[in-house]
Amino acid sequence: MPVNTENMVKVFGRPKSLTDARFTYCPGCHHGILTRIIAQAIDELEIAERTVTIAPVGCAVFAYLWYKCDAVQASHGRASAVATGLKRANPNLVVISYQGDGDFASIGTAESIHAANRGENITVIFVNNQVYGMTGGEMAPTTLVGQRTTTTPDGRDPAYFGYPIRFSELIATLDAPVYVTRQALYDTRRIMDAEKAIKKAIRYQVEGKGYSLVEVLTTCPTNWHMSPLEANKHVAEVVTKAFPLGDMVDRGK
Amino acid sequence: MGERKLMRGNEVIAEAAIRAGCQCYFAYPITPQAELLEHMARNMPRLGRTFVQAESEIGAINMVYGAAAAGVRAMTSSSSPGISLKQEGISYIAGSNLPAVIVNIMRGGPGLGDIAPAQGDYFQATKGGGHGDYHMIVLGPSTVPEAGELTMLAFDLADKYRIPVMILADGMLGQMMEPVELPAPVDPATLPKKEWALTGAKGRDPNIILSFDLDPEILKRMNLELQEKYRKIEENEVRYETYETDDADIVIAAYGTVARIAKTVVRRARAEGIKLGLFRPITLWPFPYEPLRELADRVDTVLTVEMSAGQMWDDVRLAVGERAKTPFYGEMGGVVTTPKKILSEVKRYAG
Repeated sequence: MPVNTENMVKVFGRPKSLTDARFTYCPGCHHGILTRIIAQAIDELEIAERTVTIAPVGCAVFAYLWYKCDAVQASHGRASAVATGLKRANPNLVVISYQGDGDFASIGTAESIHAANRGENITVIFVNNQVYGMTGGEMAPTTLVGQRTTTTPDGRDPAYFGYPIRFSELIATLDAPVYVTRQALYDTRRIMDAEKAIKKAIRYQVEGKGYSLVEVLTTCPTNWHMSPLEANKHVAEVVTKAFPLGDMVDRGK
Repeated sequence: MGERKLMRGNEVIAEAAIRAGCQCYFAYPITPQAELLEHMARNMPRLGRTFVQAESEIGAINMVYGAAAAGVRAMTSSSSPGISLKQEGISYIAGSNLPAVIVNIMRGGPGLGDIAPAQGDYFQATKGGGHGDYHMIVLGPSTVPEAGELTMLAFDLADKYRIPVMILADGMLGQMMEPVELPAPVDPATLPKKEWALTGAKGRDPNIILSFDLDPEILKRMNLELQEKYRKIEENEVRYETYETDDADIVIAAYGTVARIAKTVVRRARAEGIKLGLFRPITLWPFPYEPLRELADRVDTVLTVEMSAGQMWDDVRLAVGERAKTPFYGEMGGVVTTPKKILSEVKRYAG
């Protein structure tokens, strides 16, 4: 039956700052949702024309394709240092660094901690899915105790591999960061909360308040060997036990 | 004209960078280049420019990558082990066609080595160092004033070709004091605009800076474009100096500190009736193959002298081939050679 659109009002659409490029992510992966809500925040803050996004190494390497914003691709782990260079060179830019858990919390540990400790006026989106998605599902610094990955085939044994690192909590012990929070995307309420947190983090940067970090718990149905729904449930019931949601620091109020 | 001052090599490079309009400098302390970092720490902030002491060499080179992407003149400096740490970042800068200046005040290696002057990083600087098919322009000053001049030139060449440029000096040049005439400062606002820079996509399509494409055909094209740029640089930017080569039978091929010592050797040898000359590459990449080849046709011997086991020697032999004898004399480990030692080597081949 044809739909009469005459009296309809458009209340929801593609964010203006998203390009038409198709995402390269697997079905059920949260990267797509996260990419979208960052674009929403960019739209709402009206900053697309001064934003530079930093694409990491990993599943999000194509991040430079998604936004109608200037972008640079950084080497593995170094995005926070690249962000430092960009922002110091041109403080008028809004710099958003999008980094996975291996990138931000393993190979880039030094760059991540020191950018935060200098209070660089940047925003880091830290995507925690407890696995190296791009390279085939190996152990990440955030892999849960007992979690099977391709490099912990019998499950992560903390006596051998150590424990999942709560990197945002480490950052939250520093004096400089203005906003450190952990969010998730496993249901609509969480998605709306995450969008608010991201918008706040970027707003603090626009206001010149300093460093903000939004960790987002995401799924990797492919490497977790779960359906998208099972993966969402896993985040809600298991992952949030190891990585509790909520604000750790908010000095920007 | 500029002002005349007695200054240390490291400080001259730093001051020349400031005068070249360097807006952002990032580095990590290491001997024997610490005075460079300290000069920048004292002077950049009061000029409203950026000095960041980075968490590591890796951090510093990636800050340079970011600042260069934003379109400003950016520099880092270090010494041998620290330069090794920067290699991945240099490869990214080269692959992304970004201009940047990197200073290496070489010290003895390999490994931790020592903190004395050496030239053991020639291969690393001129043959790649990091991964992939890339080059940097490599400039080898042999005096303190020249270190300043080449630093100014480095920023111009970096911008002109969108390429990383390395100043390859050693601990002797970094630490030595000489009178220098400082050039007039460049106002960064007067430099040509970089249309490709990340300044915000206002009224234009987004600018994207990367060294990446998963499609081999596209990446091949990106590589061919790089190679085309390198050929253009080889055609246009070769720089070298000859000294007393017109009637020479023997020529010393040397760069940097060693070339400076070799000039003294040329004078002493000539006082003893030995027709000795000096060929000094100033651009180590692109190496002056052709001028050296032409010179080799007129001499019996090209003696390469380095503070290494013989690295530039490879390029000298590539240039000279069978045209002349190509012996080598080198010192390693931070031992600085002397005019007396070089002269006794020269005498092995004289007459």
